[in-house]
Order: sequence, then structure tokens, then C-alpha cells
Amino acid sequence: MVLDSGDTAFILVATAMVMLMTPGVGLFYGGLVRKKDVVSMIGLSFLALALVSIQWVLVGYSLSFGTDIAGFIGGLDFLGLRGVGMDAGDGTIPGLLFMAFQLVFAGITLAIITSAVAERVRIGSFIVFGLLWTTLVYDPLAHWAWGGGWASQLGALDFAGGTVVHISSGFGALALALVIGKRIGFGDQDMEPHNIPMTMLGAALLWFGWFGFNAGSALAANGLAANAFVVTNTSAAAGALAWLFASWVKGKPSALGMVSGGIAGLVAITPAAGFVDTMSAIVIGAVAGVLCYMALLFRVGKGLDESLDAWAVHGMGGLWGAIATGIFAIEAVGGYSGLLQGNVDQFIAQVIGAVAAVVYAFVVTYALAKIVDATMGLRVTEDEEYVGLDISQHGEKAYA
Amino acid sequence: MKVEAIIRPERLDQVKKALEEKGFVGMTVGEVTGRGEQKGIKLQFRGRTMNVDLLPKIRIELIVKDDRVDELIETISASARTGRPGDGRIFVIPVARSVRVRTGEEVM
Repeated sequence: MVLDSGDTAFILVATAMVMLMTPGVGLFYGGLVRKKDVVSMIGLSFLALALVSIQWVLVGYSLSFGTDIAGFIGGLDFLGLRGVGMDAGDGTIPGLLFMAFQLVFAGITLAIITSAVAERVRIGSFIVFGLLWTTLVYDPLAHWAWGGGWASQLGALDFAGGTVVHISSGFGALALALVIGKRIGFGDQDMEPHNIPMTMLGAALLWFGWFGFNAGSALAANGLAANAFVVTNTSAAAGALAWLFASWVKGKPSALGMVSGGIAGLVAITPAAGFVDTMSAIVIGAVAGVLCYMALLFRVGKGLDESLDAWAVHGMGGLWGAIATGIFAIEAVGGYSGLLQGNVDQFIAQVIGAVAAVVYAFVVTYALAKIVDATMGLRVTEDEEYVGLDISQHGEKAYA
Repeated sequence: MKVEAIIRPERLDQVKKALEEKGFVGMTVGEVTGRGEQKGIKLQFRGRTMNVDLLPKIRIELIVKDDRVDELIETISASARTGRPGDGRIFVIPVARSVRVRTGEEVM
């Protein structure tokens, strides 16, 4: 096809916006940990972006978007970006740009999972785990949904990564947390967030970047991108208000809860952004805000140290979003109808796609974490954890 | 007497609770860093030893009547103890005068 300069300009900007979300995750998480671990926490997000950036251009892109092998994984045709060029190819933007746009999605996904290992992971082990995880969990899931794999053949819809990004990292984080174990003193020591404004700054970067994430997933500067933009903001707002009010019922209206609810709304609308209208986005976001808050309370009640709630917000929010896409999709927006328009098949396809991703992400992450733990050890020593990862892993301090 | 205790930050909640149960309410708490006889914590890093010498601690100060000093020391020790190096120290210091700012009266 012919290269479109408007589309190309828009996706270039959208790609840069999504890139900024990864340090955004770092700041969001960094504010939630104790001050002895904040350099480590933000550093892990940058590390995730850097690792995936190299892995993606070497093999990741090819495994995700190469010629389909048995519906499961892409072939090695694009190894080292061979044949990925400046021409438009099948779309209206350069192949290289499509590759870069997909790269930043893979990067943030690995950053999200660092929630599970906060304040206790060995940096060397995380590098090995991260490379294995993005190659063996993210790349297949991206191929299933977007690269011509079985889920897309089945008709399961994932506009911008509810399954690929959020279910994978959220349920992956749950498995990883079970393997690495609780932080020392979890449950009886005070582990309050050390800097809520830092978390709110991270949330601001995420909310901003999400416009590139969802609207950019239209892969064109068109009406569908505008729809994705508007439903994204609407769902985020509904999620923020819902969590705020839910926390108000139990006590004070929490500012941290409000921004967490915003993220929950953003996560839930991600798979649906190109298929639902704005009124549905209010419902999707509001349900996500309450659901993810309840998931967080459930997690805390179980005494499970999935420390920064990637599972509750991204895992459960992504699962809800994938199913909600099957409920609220309307023909007029993206050309697909969901349960509300009487299309049961779409709903079933969504459930199958989501549940398969939950099971795959959980099981494979658990296995990878066990392997890395047995060979290298995922955790730092007790003394290193006590002193904090900033000093023990980096030899640096956040605050003088 | 003034009782000044240097304790682990993560024990502060337990110490505060224990003090309250015994009726020791007024206190001043500050974040400090320090080291003891072990000179901090030694970390093994690529075969080298790295020493983290100034560790975060909490300093609690309370003013009490002489006859309650032993009970106070006992309460802090029991609630702050983990049994490992770094549990901290307690100092007892005489107080010459004590004046309430609001009224200017001498209180002890």
C-alpha cells in the first residue's frame, strides 16, 4: 500500500508516548515502595525497556509477527529485522514504524510484572528472567492475538493489548510473587508507600501515554483513533471515580485509590477501545474501578505479597476488559457486535482467548521463575533486603 | 529522667503500642542514622566486601519519673528486640528542669 504521511506522523508520536509509559510504571511503583528501594524500582522499569528493546529487534518481533507456525508462534523470517523496512508494506506506515510501535508495548509489559518482585529481586536474575519471559510469554501471546495466531483466527478481539499486555503481566506477576515469596516482615511491619505524589506523577504519565497506546492501535490517524481516544479517557475517569467512592465507603477517599482506579479503567478499556462507544466506556471503567479494588482487598486479605498489585489492577482489569469487549462491542464502531447486540459467539471467543492467556501466562511464568530461582536465585540475601536494594544492588541512594 | 532509645525503624509500631499499654504516652520520635559495634552490615559484592555503615534507626525520647524508669526500659527492650545485632541502645539521662510552654509552669 501507499505510505500515508498523516498516519506515519501520528504513529511516530504515539510510539514515543507509549515509550514514556514505561518510566511512568517505574515512578508509579517507585512511590509505593519504601525509600530504600526506590532507585531499584524505577531502575527495573528502565531495565525492562532496554532489555526488550534489544530482544525485540533481534528476535522478539519475528517471533510475534513472523509467518505463523501452528497458530502458536511466528517464524524467524524477520530475525534481526531482515526485510523490515522503510516502505509501507501491507499498511500505510513504514514496516519499521509498526515494529517500533509494537516494541514499546512489549517493553511496558515486562515493566508491569516487576510489581511482583519489588524490594527483593536480584538484578542479575531479573535480567535473565526478563529475557526468558518476554521471549516465551509475551512474544507467543502477541502472536496469538495480533500476529495471525490461533486467537485471532478464532476471532478473539484485543484492540490494544488487554490480553497480550495486561492479562499476561498481571497473571504473570501473580505466579512470580508465589515463587519469590513475601518480603521480610510483610504483614507485621509498616510498608506504607513512601511517596504518593511520585506515584501520582507515574499515573499521570500512564494516563497521557495511554492515548498513544489505544488511539495509536488504530494504526491510522482516523475516526477509529478518535473513538479509542475518547473511550480511553472516559473509562479512566469512570474507574478513578469508582475506586475513589469505593474507598470512601470504607474510610477516607483515597487519592492513591483514585489514580489506581484510573489505571484500572485504562486497563479495562484497552482491549475494547476500537469496538465500543463512549457510554459503554463509562460502565467498563466503573466496573473495573470497583472490581480491581476488591481484587486488591482480596489479595491483601490472603496475605499474598504481590507487592504493587499488578495482578489486581492489570490482571483482573485486563480479564474484565477482554470479557467486556465481548459484551459491549457494537457494529457501528469497529465492525463487530457483542453480547448486547445478540452475538454470543463473540462473547465466547473473548472468554476463550482471555482464559487461555490467563492459564498460559500463569503456568509458563511460574515455570520460568522456578528455573531461574533454582539456578541463580531470584532473591537477594536477608541482609541485602534489609539494607535495601538501592544500596545492595546499585550502590546508590534515592535521597541524600 | 529522660529515656532515649535507639531502635530499629521496623519495630516502631510495636514499641509505640507496648508503651501505650503501659501508660507511657508522651514521646518525641525522630529518624536518625547510626552504627554500633558491628560497624553496620557487610555485604558480599562480586567477591568484595562492601560495608554499609550508617543504617536507618529511630530515636525515641520520653521524660518519666524516676520510679518508672526500669519499667520503661523493660517495655522498650522487650518490644524492640529481635535478638540480632542492630537492635539498638537505651540511655537514661537526668533532666534538670522541665517547663510546659503553654503555661510556663514547671512540670515533672
